[in-house]
Amino acid sequence: MTNEEIIIAGFGGQGVLSMGKILAYSGIMQNLEVSWMPSYGPEMRGGTANVTVIISDERISSPILSAYDTAIILNQQSLDKFESMVKPGGTLIYDDNGITVPPTRTDINIYLVQAAKAAAEKNMNKIFNMIVLGGYLKVNPIVSLENVEAGLKKSLPERHHKLIPANIEGLKLGAEIIKKIK
Amino acid sequence: MGELRLMKGNEALAEAAIRAGVDAYYGYPITPQSEVMEYLMAANPIKTTGMVVLQAESEVASINMVYGAAGAGKMAMTSSSSPGISLMQEGISYIAGAELPCVTVNVVRGGPGLGTIQPSQADYFQTVKGGGHGDYHLITLAPASVQEMADFLKLAFELAFKYRNPAMILSDGVIGQMMEKVELFDPIPRRTDEFIKETCPWATTGRKKGTPHRIITSLNLVASVQEAFNKKLVDKYTKIKENEVRCELINCDDAEYIIVAYGSSARTSMKAVDLARAKGIKAGLLRPQTLWPFPEKQIQQLAKTAKGFLSVEMSAGQMVEDVKLAVNGTVPVEHFGRMGGMIASPGEILQALENFINKK
Repeated sequence: MTNEEIIIAGFGGQGVLSMGKILAYSGIMQNLEVSWMPSYGPEMRGGTANVTVIISDERISSPILSAYDTAIILNQQSLDKFESMVKPGGTLIYDDNGITVPPTRTDINIYLVQAAKAAAEKNMNKIFNMIVLGGYLKVNPIVSLENVEAGLKKSLPERHHKLIPANIEGLKLGAEIIKKIK
Repeated sequence: MGELRLMKGNEALAEAAIRAGVDAYYGYPITPQSEVMEYLMAANPIKTTGMVVLQAESEVASINMVYGAAGAGKMAMTSSSSPGISLMQEGISYIAGAELPCVTVNVVRGGPGLGTIQPSQADYFQTVKGGGHGDYHLITLAPASVQEMADFLKLAFELAFKYRNPAMILSDGVIGQMMEKVELFDPIPRRTDEFIKETCPWATTGRKKGTPHRIITSLNLVASVQEAFNKKLVDKYTKIKENEVRCELINCDDAEYIIVAYGSSARTSMKAVDLARAKGIKAGLLRPQTLWPFPEKQIQQLAKTAKGFLSVEMSAGQMVEDVKLAVNGTVPVEHFGRMGGMIASPGEILQALENFINKK
């Protein structure tokens, strides 16, 4: 049975919302039910952006949650806000770029994906979010790479389809660099 | 099977308007419903179906453009969010008084006043108890998913034309902004002028010599004539109440405690019911899909066996009054809700349900 409740959170501009959208579209390609609920309005302006994504093989009840199976965290504010909201036994994935106070919980699985560093080294800044997503899918292969590719095709306008191979490369890089630290 | 897409509720509603063969959309931007007009402007359906999409100079202008187009028998609609819908109330009352079909959409945000742009359900009273002046009702549909944003747009027009009555889709910021999988219905061609002439004998489609004038007005200065018209409206509303109530019952068969919730509150409450069941509480959910007409009979039926009702809405307690009227004092009824754009989590709703049960 699939029922994964995910929060993705970071700064506006890091591709948080689009990462969630690609994940949701991939879920549709895999015949799953999906929901994508963003933060909107003033809380996003120049500040943090987050999106709740649920992927399930059953009808999704609440698109809004107060506890998550997985938190994907890309800045300190989001770590402060969401670390405590991961269910016991759940997963926290974070990029330590700009993180001064790392996560401390001992009852969850914590993974580090240094996507910002890898993106800078390989000149792949535009697909930073795909590196993060690749890391997540390595930890929890909830959707197949083929379905992510199909999701990208469906969600991107045709003129951007030439960028799909680079996005897939980013996913693969993320899968390589993610490591469990707790 | 129709086309599958991942869309925001607002986008699904806009796409459904094009596919339903709507003739005209008039609107004015306001968060959290601006994607409706953004989507329509980008789709530019004048080139494909001939549908007019126009940004009016204000909400007052939008609703009066709808009034005019509806008078010609066209499928006309507008959408806005709470403060904008307040501005439209005069026009809505006139359209109800002129017995014209149209669809208005309210993606509700927190109020009163300019309030907040975050989700709310505090426009329930405005929608089902009046809003504008005079004895009238709006057929009110409450979508709880992106799928229903698309499906109810089509249904709202069907009901509006069936009864020559304005219909309102009462949504909220959550349903408008969230994305879900939606199966889009196949496009329906716009109605031809000949078809409108044939099926809308009341519409002002141009007068042939020797035929009587068709007058669309909400003005009747003779009291007895106005009363006769009011009685006709009452008869129509009675018919709608008898035939058009829609609701969904979830886990209600053996339920001792029933949550009544619509729109996004129904979604959070659905999860709260699951959490309650996991703790051994026999909880169920009644989700009105029509808020007017209200599922009174369904609630009365459940009240014969249930021990209590909890009305959950993002307001200070509005729909709870209709639940109480339906239950009519036979079992306890309480309200739980957050306000001002705050959303009650499933856990909070479960807590409220447990408090309600333990109080008794």
